[in-house]
Amino acid sequence: MSLELQDIHKSFGPVRANDGVSLSIEAGTLHGLLGENGAGKSTLMKILSGFISADAGRIALDGTPLTLSSPRDGIRAGIGMLHQDPLVFLPFSVLDNFLIGSGRRLRLDREAGRRALEETAGRFGFSFYPDAPARTLTVGERQQLEIARLLWLGARVLILDEPTTGISATQRTTLFEILRSLAAEGMIVAFVSHKLEEVEELCDRVTVMRRGRVVGESEMPAPAERLVEMMFGRVLVESEPTPPPFGEPVLEVDAITLRERTLTTSELSVSVREGEIVGLAGLEGSGQRMLLRAAAGLLQPESGRVRVRGRDLTRRGYRDFLRAGIHYLPAGRLEEGLVPGLTVAEHVLLARGAMGFFIDGAAAREDARGAIADYAIVGTPESTVESLSGGNQQRLLLAMTPPDARLLLMEHPTRGLDIESADWVWTRLLERRDRGSAIVFASADLDELLRYSDRILVFFSGRAVKALDARETTGEELGHLIGGKELV
Amino acid sequence: MEATLATIVASASALVYAVVGETITEKAGVVNLSMEGTIMLSAMTGFAVAYTTGSVLLGFLAAAGVGALIAALVAFASIELRLNQIAVGFVLALLAIELSSFLGDPYVGQHGPSVRAVPIPLLADIPYVGRVLFRHNLSVYGSYLAIVVGYLFVFHTRRGLEMQGVGERADAAFARGIDVNRLRYLYTMVGGALAGIAGAAFSLDVKLGWREGLTTNFGWIALAIVIFGGWNPIRAAFGAYLFGVLAWAALQLQPVFPSASQILALLPFPLMIFALVLVYLQLFRDLADRHPIWRRLLSSDPPSGLGTAFHRE
Amino acid sequence: MNAHSWLARVGTIALPVVIAFAVALLLLQLADAPPFEALGLIWEGSVGSAAKISDTLSAWVPLTLAAAGLVVTFAAGLWNIGVEGQIVAGAVAATWVARELPGPAAVLITAMLLAGIVGGALWALLAGLLKTRGGVNEIFGGLGLDFVASGLAIYLIIGPWKREGVASTSGTDLFRPEAWMPTVGRAQFAVIPILLTVGAVVLVYVLMRGTRFGLRLKAVGKNPRSAHLLGISTERYTLAAFLLCGGLAGLAGAILVSGVFHKLVPSVSGGYGFLGILVVLLAGYRAAWIAPISFFFAAVAVGSTQLSLRLDLDSSLGGVLQGVLVLLVILLGGWRARRTRRRMVLMGPERLMEPEGP
Repeated sequence: MSLELQDIHKSFGPVRANDGVSLSIEAGTLHGLLGENGAGKSTLMKILSGFISADAGRIALDGTPLTLSSPRDGIRAGIGMLHQDPLVFLPFSVLDNFLIGSGRRLRLDREAGRRALEETAGRFGFSFYPDAPARTLTVGERQQLEIARLLWLGARVLILDEPTTGISATQRTTLFEILRSLAAEGMIVAFVSHKLEEVEELCDRVTVMRRGRVVGESEMPAPAERLVEMMFGRVLVESEPTPPPFGEPVLEVDAITLRERTLTTSELSVSVREGEIVGLAGLEGSGQRMLLRAAAGLLQPESGRVRVRGRDLTRRGYRDFLRAGIHYLPAGRLEEGLVPGLTVAEHVLLARGAMGFFIDGAAAREDARGAIADYAIVGTPESTVESLSGGNQQRLLLAMTPPDARLLLMEHPTRGLDIESADWVWTRLLERRDRGSAIVFASADLDELLRYSDRILVFFSGRAVKALDARETTGEELGHLIGGKELV
Repeated sequence: MEATLATIVASASALVYAVVGETITEKAGVVNLSMEGTIMLSAMTGFAVAYTTGSVLLGFLAAAGVGALIAALVAFASIELRLNQIAVGFVLALLAIELSSFLGDPYVGQHGPSVRAVPIPLLADIPYVGRVLFRHNLSVYGSYLAIVVGYLFVFHTRRGLEMQGVGERADAAFARGIDVNRLRYLYTMVGGALAGIAGAAFSLDVKLGWREGLTTNFGWIALAIVIFGGWNPIRAAFGAYLFGVLAWAALQLQPVFPSASQILALLPFPLMIFALVLVYLQLFRDLADRHPIWRRLLSSDPPSGLGTAFHRE
Repeated sequence: MNAHSWLARVGTIALPVVIAFAVALLLLQLADAPPFEALGLIWEGSVGSAAKISDTLSAWVPLTLAAAGLVVTFAAGLWNIGVEGQIVAGAVAATWVARELPGPAAVLITAMLLAGIVGGALWALLAGLLKTRGGVNEIFGGLGLDFVASGLAIYLIIGPWKREGVASTSGTDLFRPEAWMPTVGRAQFAVIPILLTVGAVVLVYVLMRGTRFGLRLKAVGKNPRSAHLLGISTERYTLAAFLLCGGLAGLAGAILVSGVFHKLVPSVSGGYGFLGILVVLLAGYRAAWIAPISFFFAAVAVGSTQLSLRLDLDSSLGGVLQGVLVLLVILLGGWRARRTRRRMVLMGPERLMEPEGP
């Protein structure tokens, strides 16, 4: 048995999420699909499960072509998908979660369902309390519930999208054991991940995706450097002219512990001086975003201290941080940075802070035109922000940050931008750096990290495992550390 | 005492239909805010049709049809046009009220047919319970049926579980092969039809006859009771009966405070809202969290997907 | 703008108007009334004479005030259904002043209007606090407060403020003449309320178009998360929106008791609050359109009363016309948005790409 995907295309507006992807997965192998966030893995798997429809391409299971126009078709064909955030109904009982969407009879036979749940769960060594609401389950248990349900429904193909996000180490071990035994039984198992070490640990074969295309395929084990290179592209570092010497410390984070949802970071410390650029490296969700948010005053540390330019701002409000010259530029530009529906001119106004009650329309337009010219934004003062491209949204966010900002905290400053835009953004950032601003940024782009940082802080599951001098490290070393390994 | 309870049960029957109907609609994730107008217009329609044809049954059917039609509009605007359910529901509420006044003008003050009383043979003879519950008419029995069937359907059938799934987390329901938007149309219309039946129950049974503003405020209070009822048909029905008790008590006080009859008639509405606010209070939530047995009784989490649209892209 | 989009734009305004009138004509036909004569009566009864225009304006004033206030709450993303209760609260506060405060007309009326503003604003603040502090949705909090306000008004009318001798729900005693809003000419134009209303519309227009406050309010309404990151306090702006809307609604209530009823009556709000919501929906939440649309609505409402006087029809035809019009405009707006969406699949790339980790 094998699953064949041929020449799959899928675009969302101008974005080509899948650009001619072909892939073949054999039964009995654990097949990894590796790639950074945004590489197009999830889109591909959602197409395979019927959740979204491809624009073009062919899918065949065991030589039989499949038409997947809804998840219902996927389930009928025996394709089961475990979504990254397990799609369970939190207030419903475990049993109801197990039963919903199964069977056609009107009567809901919970007793038969309970027996089926216990039997299926028993096969894999899961144990559930069928009447507990699903919200009391850990993420790992929710996954186990979904796996049990999919197999009970007769899935022959199991797709797991980033299944290790938010589960414990023990649960991960259990999960991997189960996947191995399922593959050994002759099932088709596709394991989607951006975590190199997991693919290395688990998979027999791996396909690497980048920017909507398949960029490589390999039997496992394979050298990590090669996989990293496929994932991130070749690292070409040109060294930048030596920056001016650093000044006084702007931000001093002293042993803070942060807690958000499932992740706890322990005892993070970092100090950033004027004119310094610190890059935060690591797989997504390793604690970089939390550190940025804590440094911006948006996330309160449970312990430790945060000092800004010598003043202790621990547990002070976000606006005190703003006043101290700290600015946070989030990755979700339209979600938490800009206000869809408002124009460029209105954003420039909002960012200028309190300057009188009335708005001088002409001056505001002039101001906006100035920002548009300075930051080369393609748009007019009257353009609404959602009509701007991602690059122009980022330029606007930069334009909204006051020139005298002491510290810029940026999350993926160039994500989704074309090379030209990205270079341009960095030119402006370096200008600010030369004038004495400090910059801390998180990125998934090794090239960007190596090229622009003075120091790189590598995160792994909530800890800053290593601080590197960017001028003395290599893409290879960084790739290893990101994957959770020390270079021996 | 039995007579009093029997009166309350009978007078609450119309509201029971409405709250069970809206509970079903909201369980599927749609807010039909037009209740006030739906009940009013279907009360008028039900009476007019029954008066013209002489058939109470046709009156109820026409009223259900009106309710389903308005609900279909809410669903269409939300699902196909992605419009705000609140806005559309609100406009439809006001429009339907005005329509009921205009179209109902010729029927004001007319004597029309009403639902006949039919004691249920054996059950009516049960001491006490029989007198309270089983010496009514078909409309009242129908309201019991709505509660029981509504409850069993929502919590004990496969389709009911799917309906809850659609309202709770549409993408998860979709991933399980459930046609989210088709079910939303269906259950919004079923809920609307029940609200329509509530209207007919007012004009053909509880309040006998039609006049402008016959059901004023009952639609709004039905919306509040659905929340009070924690999206459970039985608890919602309990809320409707509680409201019936308050209304009855207010009526009893009228001879005592003759000058205050107007305010007494209005009193149950704010009282009901206060009850709702109480349920919202943290105190009760904590209580429900600490004692799982109370959870069914006190918890009031709305379906998570309430009021949102599902687009697959 | 090309010819096609210009046509489409006219179509979204003209088409609903034509259909709404067609529906009205159809309903008149159904009711065995002479359709065009009826429409003529509405016209005559609303703008046919100076006295009628004066009547229409006295309905226009509270409706416009409520709608102007609602523009502010809608901008903050709030459904202030409690606006009816805020009108009543303003009327009650103004009545209290009229009964308690001695003094000449100028002082008394000014005090009444101020009391109305304060009363309405405080009533709205309650709904706001229920939302920001109690987590009670403003729709249900507002509805509850509507009931409470009308209960309070009725209680006062039949209780502490009852007429000499008999308690009656027809209202309190008439105010003393100093508390009556002065009018001009035989047609009794109430100039002060009209000026205040024009002022309120201008105020809201300027506030929403030309001030930092309005801009921040819009930011809070459209995306609270971004607004927070921009350093704007969402709670403060939510409450401010409630206060402003309540103040204007309360002013409407004060004008109703001082200029129209000259006493407190049970249904003093007269549905102007809910009708105001329709006006704002039709205006697409823009302050500039409030005044003319309100005038049209007021004219239809006032003119419709002729139907019951002269043709023995129910006056609710006007309400039907308004409702159909608003419904159609909303539906057509949704329809057009859907066509645009279909033409360029803009939505969703961000969300449907790989979701971010926690």
